Amino acid sequence: MIDFVKDVRLWFAPSRLRDEGETPDYRFSLANERTFLAWIRTSLALVGGGFAVDQFLPDLRWGVRVGMALALLAVGAACALRAVNHWVRCERAMRRGEDLPLSRFPVLLSLGVGLVAVAMVVVVLLGWTTGQ
Amino acid sequence: MSAPGPDRDAGLQPERTRLAWRRTTLACSVVAVLALRQALRGSGSPVELAGAAVIALIWLAFLWVAHRRIRELAAGRPRPLALRAALAAVACTTALAVFAMTVIL
Repeated sequence: MIDFVKDVRLWFAPSRLRDEGETPDYRFSLANERTFLAWIRTSLALVGGGFAVDQFLPDLRWGVRVGMALALLAVGAACALRAVNHWVRCERAMRRGEDLPLSRFPVLLSLGVGLVAVAMVVVVLLGWTTGQ
Repeated sequence: MSAPGPDRDAGLQPERTRLAWRRTTLACSVVAVLALRQALRGSGSPVELAGAAVIALIWLAFLWVAHRRIRELAAGRPRPLALRAALAAVACTTALAVFAMTVIL
């Protein structure tokens, strides 16, 4: 947690990032940037999924529909915040010549998406919809 | 086929990164359209129009960040992504999610 607070302080002090270590080969920085963008797209897809659940599944009960939409949106927002955090940490590790940081987030995200999918199956099987 | 210049990276890293920004812009546009659809579902009251304007601004901000970065990437050896640009892109994404939450609730 304290590490996270330190990382967040680094977000808002970009010059401190540049002070550390040596500038890596620009290709590594660009690869890091593309990974960041891939996470942003994942985040946008989750947010889009949240919108889609709310707009295109009107037959779901209100609670189920809003719950699913909010879950997707919250995961999407978390994904975006984590994307920039991980990008900063990777950039810093490369400048310092350290190993790249490990992360539990991909596992958590996979489990989360899997849970939403299973919940969806249960909703459909139990017929928790207002229509037929 | 002309041989790439000495400053050109054979792995086409800047081009790949530029395309990644394009894909991300495209994804952001899709989400913005969904958000607009959500915002303008009612009768077009002032509140709804204000929401639509906010979404348009978020979308334009993202396009602007992407556009600036794409222009930077045109250099032979582009500088690393600025932290400010990364934060701006994340802020736009998060803003769309927060907007969605307020509309849905």
